[in-house]
Amino acid sequence: MGELTTSRLGAMQYDPAPESPDIAHLQERYGLFIDGSFTDPSASESFATVNPANEVVLAHVAQASNEDVNAAVTAARRAYETKWSKTTGAQRSKYLYRIARLIQERSRELAVVETLDNGKPIRESRDVDIPLAAAHFFYYAGWADKLDYAGFGLSPRPLGVAGQIIPWNFPLLMAAWKLAPALAAGNTCVLKPAETTPLTALVLAEILQQAELPPGVVNVVTGDGTTGAALVDHPDVDKIAFTGSTEVGRMIQRRVATSHKHLTLELGGKGANIVFEDAPVDEVIEGIIDGIFFNQGHVCCAGSRLLVQESVADEVLRRLLRRVDQLRVGDPLDKNTDVGAINSAAQLARIEELTAYGEEEGATRYTSSCTLPDRGYWFAPTVFADVAQSHRIAREEIFGPVLSVLTFRTPEEAVAKANNTNYGLACGVWSEKGSRTLWVAERLRAGVVWANTYNRFDPASPFGGVRESGFGREGGRHGLEAYLDV
Amino acid sequence: MSERLDVKKTYKLLINGAFPRSESGRSYEVTSLRGAFLANVAQASRKDVRDAVVAARAAQAKWWALSAYNRGQVIYRLAEMAESRREELAEHVSLAEGLKLKAARAVVARATDRVVWYAGWSDKVAQVFGSSNPVAGPFFNFSVPTPSGVVGVVAEQDSSLEAFVEAVFAPIAVGNAVVALASEQRPTPSVLLGEMTATSDFPGGVLNVLTGFTGELAPTLAAHEDVDGLDLAGVDEGFADELALLGAGSIKRILRPASEDSPLRRLRAFIETSTVWHTIGQ
Repeated sequence: MGELTTSRLGAMQYDPAPESPDIAHLQERYGLFIDGSFTDPSASESFATVNPANEVVLAHVAQASNEDVNAAVTAARRAYETKWSKTTGAQRSKYLYRIARLIQERSRELAVVETLDNGKPIRESRDVDIPLAAAHFFYYAGWADKLDYAGFGLSPRPLGVAGQIIPWNFPLLMAAWKLAPALAAGNTCVLKPAETTPLTALVLAEILQQAELPPGVVNVVTGDGTTGAALVDHPDVDKIAFTGSTEVGRMIQRRVATSHKHLTLELGGKGANIVFEDAPVDEVIEGIIDGIFFNQGHVCCAGSRLLVQESVADEVLRRLLRRVDQLRVGDPLDKNTDVGAINSAAQLARIEELTAYGEEEGATRYTSSCTLPDRGYWFAPTVFADVAQSHRIAREEIFGPVLSVLTFRTPEEAVAKANNTNYGLACGVWSEKGSRTLWVAERLRAGVVWANTYNRFDPASPFGGVRESGFGREGGRHGLEAYLDV
Repeated sequence: MSERLDVKKTYKLLINGAFPRSESGRSYEVTSLRGAFLANVAQASRKDVRDAVVAARAAQAKWWALSAYNRGQVIYRLAEMAESRREELAEHVSLAEGLKLKAARAVVARATDRVVWYAGWSDKVAQVFGSSNPVAGPFFNFSVPTPSGVVGVVAEQDSSLEAFVEAVFAPIAVGNAVVALASEQRPTPSVLLGEMTATSDFPGGVLNVLTGFTGELAPTLAAHEDVDGLDLAGVDEGFADELALLGAGSIKRILRPASEDSPLRRLRAFIETSTVWHTIGQ
């Protein structure tokens, strides 16, 4: 690839348009949500959750011990035996519709809480995370009374008590992805939010109270990895659903292997975004940007490897770099912000470590000229050109705003390079030629293929990986299977 | 001394469409339930398992590249082969399982009918398990079932033919390639069925049949990083735990015996759902 020269326009200047943090109505302390009410943890331990954009403590959250997890599972079991398994599909359906509506009603508050706790731009939490979370409950509400027609035989049985462990990148949305199909299918749940982003799950718990969901049907236990491990190991849990890294997923599959627990895993990825020479460049640039810089690249299906056809590589790279320079990085609560804060110091360290390897192994680094805030966890959008398939930045999931650019000549080569990974979550294909797009899509080993778009999600669309990106689907009719004994 | 001597058969492995002895040169004795000598069967080695996985990986791409209609015809062709050699199969089942010939014939009939059933599935799975998804946006969004890839089958130990057919042809019908470890003590019917695939237009390597000691071979199959799925039909619970642990290393899809088995469960076990979003616009 040629010299990395670009005109540095920088981001356009707008007056700040911040959303008010007061809308969050945060409490100083949050307890565990067990059996329908907020309770203090048995060991009275708590931890602080901070705003990654300025390192200010937002609230103190309970650290659930083994005893607390046991109490939550016991409540879920009791609710399953005495109430939830005796409700009709139509009743479960109505509870889920109520929850969907309550999320919509409190969407502004939820969006602000999410942005404060996670660091993602308010534009994304407001336009993507929260509406999609509501949509998931709305979609699965409609399945609860139609399970006989879902293609799994008549009266498909639920599994029982589901332990659900979710990541920090889309906190409320992941809670919705887990809870909605589980409840529709007739299971009760113990949800373990991520350590760094527990707050929206706790607001959701309030919403469940407002929806008058029977106590114990959903329990929320906050804590670190030990809380998750206690849930995975609990003998009275029938199902574990986990979204997170492949490393932790592998550990969970091992821990569950010798039990009779059902398991679904939604793990990491190293998505290839494949650009053919005939694709319209303007759309391609926006698609690449969405693919890797959406949610600071904290996306398991991020298009973190750009595969661009050699004939257009120089032009695509030139225009891409110009666009990267125009991304507005900064205050996540500002409605003009494109890229927010990195979720935690630990994640920032991981990104810094892997990008250092990028340079060391010979890739050419381009970093956005944006200015970063003084406090908080920040990483400027970064593009690596001249990346080889053997480089760590082309093989390992960085989970940050870092793009690796590789080139190809033929469709066969593009497919071979895209599939040259142990992961298989998502890929993008950009071309005006439908036959070629479908030819490529058919050969990609990935659970999701986006053609002329990227990072689209919908409750009706099954999402999940192949190979070491995990198994099981979330979304659509297929998502019910993860919570039915079929 | 004018009585004709039988021509005894050598039972070998099926790897990549060929019938090698084990690369190890080993064999072991298989007897009838009453202890009468039946055959010296090739005793596959761990190297044979790895060779079979390599063959299956290459064959899977060819198998999946065929049209679903064509795959169905190939599987149906196997049913034709089994039907025309049903007496031979029945004799094998009878000796292996200690059944009277009449009962063994019934087993063969059922097994053959299951091959026919799976032949028909190959071009139905996409319609039954696939969908078009009404997403909120200008996209045509569809989901299709795709094969997991290479599936390792540890075949049931008692049912030498019928259970073998279930475990092997469910994943093959949906586009996977299979490396099967035959019943350790009753392997000859599955070896014979494997031979029939060689005259049924299966690309070499779609079905690989290994005979040998389950305890020795299954861990290699379970731990192999290029195996995507594992059917643990033929091992006891304790050993299944051990194999499931090994399989977790590469996030394998693992099917363990269920108390009540439905054919759809087996059919669904080794398919992935692949979803494509395509923009709609002028």
